[in-house]
Amino acid sequence: MSEKTALARFTEAAYGRGLPFLRRVLDGAARAADEVSLRLLGPDFEQRFRVLADRYERLGGDPFGFDPEAVRRAALASAFFHRAYFRTDVYDVDRVPEGRVMLVANHSGQIPIDAAIIGCSLFFDANPPRITRAMVDKWTATLPFVSTFFSRMGQVVGLPENARRLLDMEELLLVFPEGMRGVSKPFEERYQLQEFGRGFMRLALETKTPIVPVGVIGAEEQYLSLGRVSWAARAFGLPVVPFIPQMFLPGGQMPLPTKYRLFFGEPLYFEGDPDDAAAVADKVYLVREAVAHILRRGLAQRRSIFL
Amino acid sequence: MIPPVSVRGLEGAVLVTGVCGRLGRRLARALHRQCRVIGLDRRPFPDRPRDVEHHELDLRSARARDVFASGVSAVVHLGVDHDLRADSAENHAVNMTRVQKLFEYVEHFGVKKVVLLSSANVYGPRPDNPQFLTEDAPLLGAGPFSQIRDLVELDMGSQAYFWRLPEVGTVILRPAHILGTVKNAPSNYLRLAVVPTLLGFDPMMQAVHQDDVVRAIMLALKPEARGVFNIAGPPPVPLSRVLELLERSTVAVPHTMARLGVERLFKLRVTSFPAPELDFIRYVCMIDDARARRDLGYAPAHGLVSTLCAVDEERWLG
Repeated sequence: MSEKTALARFTEAAYGRGLPFLRRVLDGAARAADEVSLRLLGPDFEQRFRVLADRYERLGGDPFGFDPEAVRRAALASAFFHRAYFRTDVYDVDRVPEGRVMLVANHSGQIPIDAAIIGCSLFFDANPPRITRAMVDKWTATLPFVSTFFSRMGQVVGLPENARRLLDMEELLLVFPEGMRGVSKPFEERYQLQEFGRGFMRLALETKTPIVPVGVIGAEEQYLSLGRVSWAARAFGLPVVPFIPQMFLPGGQMPLPTKYRLFFGEPLYFEGDPDDAAAVADKVYLVREAVAHILRRGLAQRRSIFL
Repeated sequence: MIPPVSVRGLEGAVLVTGVCGRLGRRLARALHRQCRVIGLDRRPFPDRPRDVEHHELDLRSARARDVFASGVSAVVHLGVDHDLRADSAENHAVNMTRVQKLFEYVEHFGVKKVVLLSSANVYGPRPDNPQFLTEDAPLLGAGPFSQIRDLVELDMGSQAYFWRLPEVGTVILRPAHILGTVKNAPSNYLRLAVVPTLLGFDPMMQAVHQDDVVRAIMLALKPEARGVFNIAGPPPVPLSRVLELLERSTVAVPHTMARLGVERLFKLRVTSFPAPELDFIRYVCMIDDARARRDLGYAPAHGLVSTLCAVDEERWLG
């Protein structure tokens, strides 16, 4: 009998006091989460999202598989890295002209977080917001989940045909002419631009697309790579495997919370014969110098890697 | 109501090989009120319209010559055998000989028009495909999927006749996945009770309604049409969206397991899908049909939903 009353009392206590308390805690947590997401996404997130969704609705869907709803799902995580983790400072994003445009940036950081952060700055900080169509390696198309994720987020396999089609759609293209050479640089070569591919310039000349040089500072220090492990790359069939000591520490798999700084340069307009190899090489050199100049200036201004 | 395509400039008959296939029967029905239609197929054509003349013949037989002699002004070649279980060497010989005979008769009897139905599959699904392949893209489909070799060879072999018979308006059509009552791999795939997909892969897909292909063939019969044309349907959508619109239940299988499993099942004759066909639900193989829109005046009449739902039409009639 006494057991029964004890149980009844417990139940009563649980329902009378315990539950409301739990509910208050949950409500509080939900409110806090709302506040955090509002602060991360910014008050105008819905408007920004609408601008994009409307654009692709008018186009009758994106032929490359970009899905605005996927942006909404990934927005919170992206905003966390953009605004809280890397605390990106974005300079002169309003220099990006409307319509077709090609962003040419330095590539670094072992994994292409720099592309994601550039994408974030054009979505969260640019007016009007834009979707960045980065050219990804065709190897990623063979990977489950990655290929689908990239496609839904607006990334496109890096082929000239695809780039031309996107520019004809008046999209914003993000190009890393250094490619794999740039992203997998060891630490000692940080902020040293590698050789630029030339395909982007031929395309820009053919399609009369303005080029905006972009300097990314902060990505080089997120993973400290001491070199490339060629046998591991061969063994796993990967394009490159960097040796990153921090990976072996607990939590070291996350990039270091360096401060990102993005500098957008003045748009460059080129004219000329896309088939004249020497002239194209000269123009590529000009773009490379523009990016290098931005990097030099940005590095000189920088007082701390993390602040 | 979709306005019918009018066929003009044909004095003689249109010869349709492989007329007893599902696409061939639809083409015969669409054509027979506008011009004389002759069917050529080893199979019987029991429910044919009265004014369609049918010969139960193979193109390779000597009597096919008499059919050509009776006044043919255009040929639509649909008679390509795709039986994946048959002896592939035998199949290959049959398909190649047929097309060789076909062009021999075309030359001899002065036929002015040949339309061949190839497929966008000849480009092959590949991770490094551009999102939209143009007619100039290399035909790489037979690399991983040897059973498609016949079609690739037929397509390329026929291209030689652009210059060998310059007075003949040869047209090669490469349609995207044809959906409808036809019994081809994509339609069969979408008719499965539970549709398997590859875990983590969701490529963009193009499909074209069977009647849009029939219309494209009729447009290709125009005297001035000549060349290779991609034929696409409504704008592409992800595979997951296709299955969602058709309300199919799906099961996602890791691609390595799927390949091994389908290989075994195909050997055991449990499935009719060979393992290399899995690449079609893994990578993109989509086409740019701008040339057909410009030169043939082609545009798909069926929207996405009506194209997809066509696979369920007459489903229980067998």
